[in-house]
Amino acid sequence: MKKSQEEQLENQDIEIRLLIQAIYDKYGYDFRNYSQAHIKRRMLNRFHLSGMSSISQMIHESLVNHKFVDQLLMDLSINVTEMFRDPSFYKAVREHVVPVLKTYPFIKIWHAGCSSGEEVYSMAILLKEEGLYNRTQIYATDFNPVIIKQAKEGIYPINRMKDFTLNYQRAGGKASFSDYYTANYESAKLLDSFKKNIVFATHNLVTDSVFAEVHMVVCRNVLIYFDRQLQDKVIGLFADSLTGGGVLCLGSKENLQFSGYYDNFEGLVTGERIYIKKYKV
Amino acid sequence: MTPARKYNAVVVGSSAGGLNALKTLLRNLNRDFKFPVIIVQHISPDSENYLIHILNDLKRLKVKEADEKEQPQPGYAYVAPPNYHLLVEPDQTFTLTIDERVNYARPSIDVLFETAAEAYREHLIGIILTGANNDGSLGLKRIKEMGGLAIVQDPDTAEVDSMPKAAIQACAVDYILPLEEISALLNSL
Repeated sequence: MKKSQEEQLENQDIEIRLLIQAIYDKYGYDFRNYSQAHIKRRMLNRFHLSGMSSISQMIHESLVNHKFVDQLLMDLSINVTEMFRDPSFYKAVREHVVPVLKTYPFIKIWHAGCSSGEEVYSMAILLKEEGLYNRTQIYATDFNPVIIKQAKEGIYPINRMKDFTLNYQRAGGKASFSDYYTANYESAKLLDSFKKNIVFATHNLVTDSVFAEVHMVVCRNVLIYFDRQLQDKVIGLFADSLTGGGVLCLGSKENLQFSGYYDNFEGLVTGERIYIKKYKV
Repeated sequence: MTPARKYNAVVVGSSAGGLNALKTLLRNLNRDFKFPVIIVQHISPDSENYLIHILNDLKRLKVKEADEKEQPQPGYAYVAPPNYHLLVEPDQTFTLTIDERVNYARPSIDVLFETAAEAYREHLIGIILTGANNDGSLGLKRIKEMGGLAIVQDPDTAEVDSMPKAAIQACAVDYILPLEEISALLNSL
């Protein structure tokens, strides 16, 4: 590799590290233990769109321009999601988790990293169909306040409903999916009845602590963005939050195998990354 | 002649027609092929990863889906899972993400190639095979910039020639070869 290329790469990596440090020092959002390759792609993408002359200029801008910081937080959020994403997971919840939840008189669920809410509403629909929703409280959290606001609204582009409906059916849904939202020309709004037992709130998995004891934690496709150390810390949060016998649901490519908390859990549906917290380790 | 250089990994991108091309490529590798092979084949989001079974049946490299945080090893070929991008970290471990599609694709070849280029620098070999779009061109260009080796399947021999053609236009590739000769070249490096 040419000397100039090597130096350019080194400088770029230093600048991005400083940008992430600046966001942490000034605003408290901590991305220092995120996947480096991922952060770099997102920040370079923003750099090319921004028209700024250097990443160092982005650092300055992030300190003085709050709109720009909001933009960066959006870039660093995981905002790709869909209703009933991975239908086989929801099918497994219906078949294997619902029987566990039915044994509780009152059910508390923490959906961590809920993004714009599609998967939270999916769970609400499933629980309603299984007759459990009225005795369920869902805490849906994400670090990004803008995204939490979107999630609270529960309004999605109408053109996504076709895929969502297909997912719903593949997930074992038997009702008519269109009964669950009201449509106008551009958008579809989830029925308010699905919102009444959901509390949407900001919570940062990296810097905040446990806030409630729950029977189920759903956190899908969030841990893949974290390094091993941060993954372990967050799984520890979930272990602390769950009651004995409580259910932990991860994304389809995430597992507990390498976690220090591996012994705290046993598989319920291992292929779908659904685990049960043991009563005793 | 370029001085002898030590390579540490091979990245391969393929799209339409990729299954047959990958079979030919892997079948003609030596049993003791030295470098890990990391593959992005464009694949439908909800497909079972059948590609792995088919490539494993060739009984050359051990073929598996790439796991997050996994460190690629010689003797193995890794395939990006459907609906996830596959990235290589600076410490040469894998990251999977569900970010937006790139070039309409997830997994995207550019995402793998660009991150692998920075992780392996001049020790990386990048290969673009048959395909109907231009994913991988920017990634191959990045591999060249970082000092790696760029190989493209001869468009005349490709089931679909747009992807190899786009890659050849994007950068000064080192070799343009039919599949069997790509394997032979890899065996000799």
